[in-house]
Amino acid sequence: MGPGGACWRGGGAGLRRWLSSRAPAPRICVVGSGPAGFYTAQHILKFLATGFLCSTPSCPAFLPEHHDLAQVDIYEKLPVPFGLVRFGVAPDHPEVKNVINTFTHTARSDRCAYYGNVTVGRDVTVGELQQAYHAVVLSYGAEDNRVLGIPGENLSGVYSARAFVGWYNGLPENRDLKPDLSCETALILGHGNVALDIARILLSPLDFLRKTDITDCSLAALACSKVKRVWLAGRRGPLQVAFTIKELREMINLPGTQPVLNPADFTGLENAVKDAPRPRKRLTELMIKTALEKHREKAVMAQAAVPRQWGLKFQRSPQEVLPTADGMRVRGVRMALTRLEGSGDSAKAVPTGDMEELECGLVLSSIGYRSLPLDPAVPFDTQHSIIPNNLGRVMGVPGLYCSGWVKRGPVGVIITTMNDSFDTAQSVLEDLQEGVLDVSVSKEGFGAVGSILRSRGIRPVSFSEWEKIDAAEVARGKAAGKPREKIVDPQEMLQLIGH
Amino acid sequence: MAAPTGALWRRLLRSAAVRRLCGTAAAEEPERAVVNVVFVDSAGRRVEARGRVGDNVLQLARECGVPIEGACEASLACSTCHVYVSAPHLEHLPPPCEREEDLLDTAPQLRVESRLCCQLTLLPPLEGAVFTLPRVTRNFYVDGHVPKGH
Repeated sequence: MGPGGACWRGGGAGLRRWLSSRAPAPRICVVGSGPAGFYTAQHILKFLATGFLCSTPSCPAFLPEHHDLAQVDIYEKLPVPFGLVRFGVAPDHPEVKNVINTFTHTARSDRCAYYGNVTVGRDVTVGELQQAYHAVVLSYGAEDNRVLGIPGENLSGVYSARAFVGWYNGLPENRDLKPDLSCETALILGHGNVALDIARILLSPLDFLRKTDITDCSLAALACSKVKRVWLAGRRGPLQVAFTIKELREMINLPGTQPVLNPADFTGLENAVKDAPRPRKRLTELMIKTALEKHREKAVMAQAAVPRQWGLKFQRSPQEVLPTADGMRVRGVRMALTRLEGSGDSAKAVPTGDMEELECGLVLSSIGYRSLPLDPAVPFDTQHSIIPNNLGRVMGVPGLYCSGWVKRGPVGVIITTMNDSFDTAQSVLEDLQEGVLDVSVSKEGFGAVGSILRSRGIRPVSFSEWEKIDAAEVARGKAAGKPREKIVDPQEMLQLIGH
Repeated sequence: MAAPTGALWRRLLRSAAVRRLCGTAAAEEPERAVVNVVFVDSAGRRVEARGRVGDNVLQLARECGVPIEGACEASLACSTCHVYVSAPHLEHLPPPCEREEDLLDTAPQLRVESRLCCQLTLLPPLEGAVFTLPRVTRNFYVDGHVPKGH
């Protein structure tokens, strides 16, 4: 029975043995400071710090309260922490970012340390981390994106959704994206929440964005944007959309915009979802309602000027990005019309042979993030772009674990990642308990890694140094009424803290 | 009563000295009736909590050491405080607002008795209510299935 069970049996003795014999405290390393990294660290620390295993003093698994227990070190390649919470969550969704307070609390624990500006796989290898720590958890997420693999994909005016989101959220590697927003029609390929986020940012009244933590540079670009029509096209049908109802409703209710949904796309679907699971049913019903309502309204409003429009296009598979006459930029996308084979989540889109050209000057490919291999010492499943694992234990590499998107694929919201990270933490704790992780051998943790980094000229950023950067960003944002003005240049961040 | 905003939430957490009733006899605020409830965590451990009418259920749980996360700090932007409410007490709760319903749609293992407990306030008819945390099964997919692309 794992941690959190009514009582640890058998293995409790092992745990108590190493605790009472003044065995060295377990040293654990987490790679990645996004939600997965922090939730994994939090769960490990909480279990080992509160005697949560069993609260009955007579039980062999009872842990005395104030015991010198695990040390968890979190490594991050950027100077600043929090991963997608900082760089992925949309600027107009600040409440989602409240979770940063939970992570800050964890980072400030005296049993947790943050080391920013350290690129694992380059500045220090996974092998070196495994030598220095009893357990290493890989939580480095998905820094790349899936590619369309169609001609014209590299034309000017075509961007990955990941890069575009990184751009307006101040991710350093995307700060020079300079997307061209001078066209009227944008086409987003994909039917997920990221696609909706981008549509919303492109069409939001500027006043909505002005007081958010969107970067100044993006705000200026959006102020000059000519984009007034955004299509979201997906290969499959309404029953396969991946976005969720809260985000769809937000888009439907976006002031100054008109949803354009074709009622014909929803024929017979009301019936089809009658017995579907609640989330799919409610989502589909909302689309149907919007399609019918707005269709009627449109007829009534007739010539009323609607400043901005957005719409969903289904069963369209992009085949080629078409160039302008000079061959330099995108002028449209040729799409294959598809039909569905099968139903539900496993339905497949099959080309019918018919084609359609959609005119547009901006294409955003929102077909999924993708993890990359980190280090030759870590097995990687290139087909699914995840680290092969069983319950978070990396296959074939004892002492190595993974959590978050790099473990399960780049899908899910905070709760998904939270549950998943707790799951991996559970595996680590079980392995500590069962002696799979040998904590009788003392490990140096950052004691060893720090020397390695110094010898390579790498100077990590501490959590309190991040808090100086944080304070500077908040101060800069104040004048403009923004929660912060993000610093987008890592060199500037380092200079600010005297590195 | 509106759900606490993020700022209010943080203030409530900091003023933990006020109204800490968990396990202690209620001495202060005689004008607010005591409501006894039970939390059951994801491992099946029961925690008895004595709250008062008007208490926020998530805050009471946290004060009593029940490990419920509230990632968005009660601002209706996540589903980490998802609980199941005991059937007889469910109907005494005001129905969820649309936003809570939308967020519940993202909660794993959704059931008819699911609610986000940051939106729940103690009322007298909730005496004896049991709030159970979902038992999230390990590695959601029983057979190690990895979602495939299409």
